[in-house]
Amino acid sequence: MSELSIQGVSRTFTSAKGQATQALLPVDFHVADNDFVTILGPSGCGKSTMLRIVAGLDHPTSGQVLLDGRPVDGPGADRGMVFQSYTLFPWLTIEQNIRFGLRERGMAEGAQKERAAYFISKVGLRGFEQHYPKQLSGGMQQRTAIARALANDPKILLMDEPFGALDNQTRVLMQELLLGIWEAERKTVMFVTHDIDEAIFMANRVAVFSARPGRIKTELAVNLPHPRHYTIKTSPEFMQLKARLTEEIRAESMAADAH
Amino acid sequence: MPEVRSTSARRGLRPLEPVGAATRWLLGAAFFVLFFAVWAVATLGGFVSPTFLASPVTMVQEGWLLFTQFNFLHDIGMTVWRVLGGFILAAIVAVPLGIGMGAHKGFEAFLEPFVSFCRYLPASAFIPLLILWAGLGELQKLLVIFIGSVFQIILMVAVIVGSARRNLVEAAYTLGATPTGIVRRVLIPGAAPDIAETLRLVLGWAWTYVIVAELIGSSSGIGHMITDSQALLNTGQIIFGIIVIGVIGLVSDSLFKALNRRLFAWSTI
Repeated sequence: MSELSIQGVSRTFTSAKGQATQALLPVDFHVADNDFVTILGPSGCGKSTMLRIVAGLDHPTSGQVLLDGRPVDGPGADRGMVFQSYTLFPWLTIEQNIRFGLRERGMAEGAQKERAAYFISKVGLRGFEQHYPKQLSGGMQQRTAIARALANDPKILLMDEPFGALDNQTRVLMQELLLGIWEAERKTVMFVTHDIDEAIFMANRVAVFSARPGRIKTELAVNLPHPRHYTIKTSPEFMQLKARLTEEIRAESMAADAH
Repeated sequence: MPEVRSTSARRGLRPLEPVGAATRWLLGAAFFVLFFAVWAVATLGGFVSPTFLASPVTMVQEGWLLFTQFNFLHDIGMTVWRVLGGFILAAIVAVPLGIGMGAHKGFEAFLEPFVSFCRYLPASAFIPLLILWAGLGELQKLLVIFIGSVFQIILMVAVIVGSARRNLVEAAYTLGATPTGIVRRVLIPGAAPDIAETLRLVLGWAWTYVIVAELIGSSSGIGHMITDSQALLNTGQIIFGIIVIGVIGLVSDSLFKALNRRLFAWSTI
């Protein structure tokens, strides 16, 4: 059982000249066990900043993040992360990349290999174990990054626009793959995106961010049934949610543009 | 087919247009041929006095004499051992220090100003002092190479390690890596190919220091042979010595390059 609680977290960046920019207004947010939450917002709204604070890669100016009641102070293996940029270690093979966290933890080599093999087949990369990241396409690299994060068995999986750099067709396939894994493994996921379709398709709940300085403007439950198939994107329920979120985001994008 | 010829010729003049492997090799070899041809014409044609510049033919004859009469192989061996000894010593000291500086900003702030200062001290200027301290033996020669290389390697390694991709470091942290794990399993493997390339570069510089070290107070080595030949106005031997240095440098550089490519195959994919 794991529960993430974000309490009054804000972030102000100070430039070298001493100029302060508020990226994030105090945010309160809770993610329950096994939940899949997407954070939707225009670019530059501070949604990634919030995710980085949860990961422990950035520190809040005020407030705190609790995971199972324990305050977060710095990064740790209990919060896995998949980044938008390609972050596989180029000197390790796909299999060694997936074993990285297990090795850091001191797991026995046999157990590492077994676990890596399981997740390699889970993300459909059998036969590519001994390839180096540069030999794979962007979609395959992100699938490896997902497997690497999942193999570590984190309490919560943080995803910062993981499919943002992929072409549209690959992106849709990746969404289905990730959702399939979630339906089977029921991991707690916090997924940041600026793509409305993606936000609805993946989530149990969508949190809409306002333009900078960011705060959570609306939360919307997505009660579409599981397992979800891509055809759900043309269903009336989906379209209705999409229309609503499009309005919300449009207002924020215009506000962001006016700055 | 005049049209095809003219287009391919024009393509060769386009900026950044690649050339084939065979053409590249031929062009490289052509310059050596041209160089020797100009040299031969200048000397054998009587345009330059043999006192100042020996002809290629004399040079080869003198080189043969060096090997057969003057045990030149011993000189070459001495020089190679000095270069390698001083260079390896410098690398053993400098690479860990550079990694430490690149990884830990406090350590860098502590050492960087001093090392930057030392880097500009010419190694050859230390020779009189080193003779005083270490005598005329091998230690003094090694120390010249060491001083000439060590500060350069430290600084370059520190820059390489310090410019590690931040997102890889962050990814490693979210996978549970400790600070020690980050240095050992992210910073060092990521920097290794560039560190190896730096060492290759500095090995080339070490060759220039060794000759300077051997010009003063030495009884063996290629540099010593060159000084001896100067006293006898034997330009053929001097040029032969220089060419031998060039050939050894080229061979060691190619070996080093091939080794790096083997060790770090992932970086050239």
